[in-house]
Amino acid sequence: VVGNAVQASAMASIYGMTMGIANERWFGTLPSLLATPANRLALFCGRALPFVANGVLVSAFGFAVGLLLLDFRLAPSALPGLACVVVITVASCTGFGLLLGSIGLRARDVFFISNLFYFLMLLFCGVNVPLDALPGALAAVGRALPLTHGIEAARAVAAGAPLRAVDHLIAQEALVGAAYGVAAYALLRLFEAEGRRRATLETM
Amino acid sequence: VTRLLVAGWAFHRKSLSLSTFFILTSAIQPVIFASIAFYMFRAGGHAPTLLYAAIGAGLMGIWSTTLFGSGGSIQWQRFQGTLELLVAAPVPFVLVLVPLTLATATIGIYSLTATLLWGWLLFDIPLRVVHPLEFAMAVPATVLGLGLLGLVLASSFVLYRHANALANLLEYPVWLATGLLVPLSLLPGWTHPIAWVLAPRCSAARCSRSCSSPISAASAAWPTTPSSWSATRCRPPRWRVSTA
Repeated sequence: VVGNAVQASAMASIYGMTMGIANERWFGTLPSLLATPANRLALFCGRALPFVANGVLVSAFGFAVGLLLLDFRLAPSALPGLACVVVITVASCTGFGLLLGSIGLRARDVFFISNLFYFLMLLFCGVNVPLDALPGALAAVGRALPLTHGIEAARAVAAGAPLRAVDHLIAQEALVGAAYGVAAYALLRLFEAEGRRRATLETM
Repeated sequence: VTRLLVAGWAFHRKSLSLSTFFILTSAIQPVIFASIAFYMFRAGGHAPTLLYAAIGAGLMGIWSTTLFGSGGSIQWQRFQGTLELLVAAPVPFVLVLVPLTLATATIGIYSLTATLLWGWLLFDIPLRVVHPLEFAMAVPATVLGLGLLGLVLASSFVLYRHANALANLLEYPVWLATGLLVPLSLLPGWTHPIAWVLAPRCSAARCSRSCSSPISAASAAWPTTPSSWSATRCRPPRWRVSTA
């Protein structure tokens, strides 16, 4: 229940963020957006916030369904810690979604990429299969993706562990998400500059 | 009419085969789900059920392809601005739609092929068709049944402008309710009638029983769909797959 409830948020954050960027191009609003003098970092962080909030809601719904239908038990004292883990995990996934969305400024079919990564994350990130049960290479890929450390932390917190016992996992999750976010920002600026130079912002 | 159906089917099959979305849905996604199922089974000490995972994931892909392909067919035409032209054409619209839905079901066969090849190439699952004649009859019957189910979906979604949302909504619950990866016996009794009216149910349930059997022959029955009952009265024969 924990793995899937946390993973459900990835759908909101990864698809949402990908669509948030790629649809600007699809709907022809990208040039108008990029013509504004607005700070790009603030612009894209602002775009990400609704998806983070949506992801947290989706995850909360997953936990609620688990509690109501699947005999999942969660101590009330674990709720604040779990909420903290979920927020960081969703933010991390949103950073990854931003990276995929930035590819949408250049790639024709970005949804293939986001769909592919979404399904691969089901396999690699320990959602249903423990990382120990995966071959070493797959587990290594999983550790480099968002969600993996967050799910591990959420499982521990849901089982009653204090938040400080999983702080290293939370830090790793935040670090992974930040790395993807930075890469996404760099790619966005690069593709924006390239698009301006070649006048290819709207090329599909 | 036959020429129209064959030409339409061939065109849409080729067109869908080049779509990255359908490549993902029909070939990549089932392999990923089969891998997840395999590692889950192995982690739980049920390694011999690999064939079950492969067939179940393949059928999941068939369902997804039919659902998205047929459910989205009219919406795509609407989005591309060709719906009015097709409706206004002298050919009855249903004859334009049937080849498309049959093509999506045909593309779904890629899923089963992909997952069985995945098992054979990566996990050494030996496969042989015990009853090739029945197999040869079952595959087109399945395509026909699912294609007609797709027609039901397409016609149901015609008035709904957000058919893609409805298609997304129907994907996972049907996987669950039809026992594609979780045996039906584990589900509450009230879900069983739902499974019976949905296409991939028979194959999945019987696969699950036969593939988990200690004996070598694994039998699988192909779907018997309500659409095929109503439209063609065909009941696909059994298809048997054997682990050596």
